[in-house]
Amino acid sequence: MKKVLISGNEAIAEGAIQAGCTFYAGYPITPQNELIAYMSSHLQDKGGVFIQAESEIAAINMVYGASAAGVRAMTSSSSPGISLKQEGISYIAGAELPAVIVNIMRAGPGLGNIWPAQSDYFQATRGGGNGDYHCIVLAPASVQESFDFMRVAFDLADKYRNPAMILGDGMLGQMMEPVKISNTRNKISKIKKSWALTGCKGRKPNIIKSFYMREGDLERFNLTLQKKYNQIQEKEQRFEGLFLDDAEVILVAYGSMARIAKSAVKFLRSKGKKSGLIRPITLWPFPKDIFKRLAISHKPLAFLVIEMSYGQMVEDVRLVLEGKARVEFLGRSGGGIPTEDEIIKKVMRL
Amino acid sequence: MEKIYSHPKSLRNLSTHYCPGCGHGIAHRLIAEVVDELGIREKVIAIAPVGCAVIAYDYWDFDCSEAAHGRALAVATAIKRVRQDNIVFTYQGDGDLAAIGTNETIHAANRGENVCVFFINNAVYGMTGGQMAPTTLLNQKTSTTIKGRDAGLHGYPLKISEMLALLPGVKYIERTSLHSPPEIIKTKKAINKAFLNQIEGVGFSLVEILSPCPTYWGMAPKASLDWIRDTMSKEFPLGRIK
Repeated sequence: MKKVLISGNEAIAEGAIQAGCTFYAGYPITPQNELIAYMSSHLQDKGGVFIQAESEIAAINMVYGASAAGVRAMTSSSSPGISLKQEGISYIAGAELPAVIVNIMRAGPGLGNIWPAQSDYFQATRGGGNGDYHCIVLAPASVQESFDFMRVAFDLADKYRNPAMILGDGMLGQMMEPVKISNTRNKISKIKKSWALTGCKGRKPNIIKSFYMREGDLERFNLTLQKKYNQIQEKEQRFEGLFLDDAEVILVAYGSMARIAKSAVKFLRSKGKKSGLIRPITLWPFPKDIFKRLAISHKPLAFLVIEMSYGQMVEDVRLVLEGKARVEFLGRSGGGIPTEDEIIKKVMRL
Repeated sequence: MEKIYSHPKSLRNLSTHYCPGCGHGIAHRLIAEVVDELGIREKVIAIAPVGCAVIAYDYWDFDCSEAAHGRALAVATAIKRVRQDNIVFTYQGDGDLAAIGTNETIHAANRGENVCVFFINNAVYGMTGGQMAPTTLLNQKTSTTIKGRDAGLHGYPLKISEMLALLPGVKYIERTSLHSPPEIIKTKKAINKAFLNQIEGVGFSLVEILSPCPTYWGMAPKASLDWIRDTMSKEFPLGRIK
């Protein structure tokens, strides 16, 4: 297994290729341009299809088409571009197609700027487009995880026939770290896609659609979607816990933000302050169970949610705790990132 | 006696939901007949539009995908790129292809994607209740141009086929009509040519089909056919464009 120094964006691209992605369509936007550039050469070299689309809307609809035809397909963009893709993501969810969408977040609203942010959490975890649906959302916190999670995302997308999103930020996309690249392309779990469009030779025609006009049909379909989402919520919660056994103050942060929070926890521990960290890895499904368990068994003084936004994930923490524990918040967005000092001061004042 | 005409295998034996005098049923059937005659039914993947023909997949008996409004050619691009041995076509109306999907249309054409496009031009939005389409004629009354389309307010009928003909990636464009049996036969020939182009790897082929919409033209079916012949085809001349 070789170790290489690459950026988060490149790690995502290589991770996708190693996960058996054979179709990529995208449109340039900062801060994820290394990803599309990497795909344009490396994916094509390996016999995959790369298309620089005319827009983010076209790109996501190309992913819809490639996925309908049965291949592992993905697109990537950053916040304003992801807003444009919401139409396609809703159709992908509605047609129950597997696909992977990468959002390397920048600050908003509107054109905002190109600094890292986490202000697309609501959009990512609530559906984002029209209708009652969810994407499975994974939040890597290192360049290694950026590589590793692509495999997880494609596997989950295929398993549940559902869009999966990688939610990173500009800092993670741009920074370089050593990454262990495991060559796994020939070990891809082949899920049989009997629903895919391949031409109707030897079988009845397949139809990929999200349109249900007959009375009762859409409601029945939506109930099957909800059943699937309940199953995902039960089985796919992922998080990393740090010092949770005796923590009196539990910090909650994901992605890049969690790395700063982790440093703060270690400093606080060195000063005798019993703090811990929950780092949600799946943002949807939100790792509810650990919060519920800790609130009952440990009765911590407080949960402190730290985000590069003005308070989005904190709503999930409050929802899951149902008032059973104190929840505090620290957040900045638009260029600013909560610093280790700010976190430590906030904890000391609790 | 030799049987020379029967129901196409590629068309399910169903009554359609289309209005009396609508052209969609004829266009669906022509495509199904050509697919059968070329023996490509088991290779075809069709992209249905958003509009009156949204459930074309209920009528055709081969693999089909729905696409979001206007995005059929983005979907078709990807399917053809990953399944080059399949035969991929889109079936799109004027709003789908020439308004909301203009971007996808122009760029798929410009990339020279080796797909077929069957473009139904009826100069009006049917499914949503007869609003102005990009191809609505000047002075034509619609539910959003109740005094008739006014160039100063609404712009001109968009000749997207002529625009697309300028692109080097486009290999074949023909405008046909469904207003009479001879024109229907010409339409079938054009559909056949478009499919042959794809089979032979020639490239992007589009057939624009002028099609009657008696309901939203406010005309009887026969008067609609006459209107195509006498009025609509003056704005959208029939024949080979490229």
